[in-house]
Amino acid sequence: MSLNSVRQARGATGRTPQRVADRSKPYYRPYVPYLFLLPGLALYLLWSVYPLVYQLYISFFDWRIIPGQTSEFIGLANYQAVFADRTFWLAMSNTAMYAVVTVAGQMIIGLTLALLVNRVTIARRFFRTIYYLPVVTSWVVVSFLFVYIFSPGDGGLINFALMKLGLLEKPVSWLANSNTAWIAIYSLGIWKGMGWAMVIFLAALQGIPTELYEAAAIDGATEWQRIRYMTLPLIRRTLFFVLIALMIGGFQVFISVLLITGGGPLHRTEVALTYMFDEAFGNLHFGYGAALSYVLAVVIVIVSVVQARFFGRGDRDLEY
Amino acid sequence: MMIATSGSNQRVMNLAIFLVLCAGMFIAVAPLLYMASTAFQGVAFVQPYPPRLLPETFTLENFEQAFSSRNFGRAMLNSAGVSIATAVMVTGLAATMAYSFARFEFRGKRIIFAVLMVMIMIPGVVLLIPQFILAKNLGLLNSLPGLVLVYSAGPLAFNTFLLRGFFENLPRELEESAVIDGANAFTIFWRIMLPLAAPAISTVAVFSFLGAWDEYLLALNFLTEESLRTLPIAIANFRGQYSSNWGLVFAGSLTAVVPTILLFVFFQRYFIQGITSGGVRG
Repeated sequence: MSLNSVRQARGATGRTPQRVADRSKPYYRPYVPYLFLLPGLALYLLWSVYPLVYQLYISFFDWRIIPGQTSEFIGLANYQAVFADRTFWLAMSNTAMYAVVTVAGQMIIGLTLALLVNRVTIARRFFRTIYYLPVVTSWVVVSFLFVYIFSPGDGGLINFALMKLGLLEKPVSWLANSNTAWIAIYSLGIWKGMGWAMVIFLAALQGIPTELYEAAAIDGATEWQRIRYMTLPLIRRTLFFVLIALMIGGFQVFISVLLITGGGPLHRTEVALTYMFDEAFGNLHFGYGAALSYVLAVVIVIVSVVQARFFGRGDRDLEY
Repeated sequence: MMIATSGSNQRVMNLAIFLVLCAGMFIAVAPLLYMASTAFQGVAFVQPYPPRLLPETFTLENFEQAFSSRNFGRAMLNSAGVSIATAVMVTGLAATMAYSFARFEFRGKRIIFAVLMVMIMIPGVVLLIPQFILAKNLGLLNSLPGLVLVYSAGPLAFNTFLLRGFFENLPRELEESAVIDGANAFTIFWRIMLPLAAPAISTVAVFSFLGAWDEYLLALNFLTEESLRTLPIAIANFRGQYSSNWGLVFAGSLTAVVPTILLFVFFQRYFIQGITSGGVRG
């Protein structure tokens, strides 16, 4: 899914005559490749491929998880119910909104940080390490942490800071209202992901030869002109890659919403996966939840295919 | 305007950037500091006013309470075991699969690889329902080895893809001369290819370890017996339903987070390589 790996994958399809010659008389017995392949493949078929197919099957049933009850085949009724369900549409639009807001935030902050870190001559690795710390911290932990930071009352860190800055008159109960709860959820998404975007951007920026910048400086280009007309076009494909990777991640938002608001109040902060989880494991509507999962998977695959198209054609960045 | 021409302007500019980065760094770490401060501050059912990023008093009370609750230490052992087992499984299975795709020709190679590539796009969470039912039918609920199996399967396709790319870029001459010396495929893989792939292999191992260490959802649904619970579940339980001792929650959290941060800092070089070349998200 990365530039390098895609390049490698591409290189592999252009098979050289040398390799064809190798293949014509392999040094290994014909069953050897399967010995390497099968242990992993068997596990993968059982726990990923089969569940995907099985899920389709479940989604055609009024599925009963409780032993003794029979599941009734109901055809496409679960899918019809999903598309007629107003909470589903709310959850989907919340999910899309989350993806748009947090992806924009992560990209803008990540790119700014990368440009700045690329300019300093000292402590580059130190900055990179520190900014990356939120990325490696577990989602469960940071979700609780943000609940605490956005605590109601004047002892909550955010309330305290905003009141000290004179931006708030009295403390806000952030998580009690869906509008302000989104602020907490969005800021967690941006805070946790910006370091990742920064690291990827920084790697791309460090690949740009400094001579290009020197030439532009001699030509009298301003800082902004250099960024706008040189840097950004040069890292265009990295920008696309980060955009799409973050989008896919954004559509999978789950743990943070589950632990911060639980989709409440009144489903107002529900996202696709919290709703699926609630329907399946809360209300034991497994067939319905399976249909929901399928719809979400299709949406994510469409986003990924768009990504593959971006990678599949045109030039690459970092070629001079 | 012409930044490169004026040395003192340049220096002022660099200083300004440096200060902006330090301010940004504060935003990045302030929540984590706040967490640590709360953990060391002592019992906190009510938030202290004003909030402190450095503890006013320093006590290990919360950590003592966390480890004296009978399940926390257990949860930590469970998590360590599950995560190490997952890392070993993923690394071993992805490496052998990747090697077969990179270096062997066999029937069905293209179609199997294509299926794996399509599966990469499908997020693991949407398989929760069928995986749960399958585990139930196989009697693997409330079983840590069962959890390891599910954890190991998830990242296999992506890591196979990642390692295949790495193996393909290694020179073939080494294997060719080993074949002439009479080595078989397994010896070549084990003795030559794996050691050469060590940077990529360790990236895969660290990422799959961290993935299992942080996993919440499957653990929540697969394990109902208290003695089997993993760290993220134990931390969530500390939060409680109504009254949380946040000091306790964050003492547990810090205990879980510190090893991951150490792993990251220690393996940073490989980590960053893996992130930038593989597009893996933490």
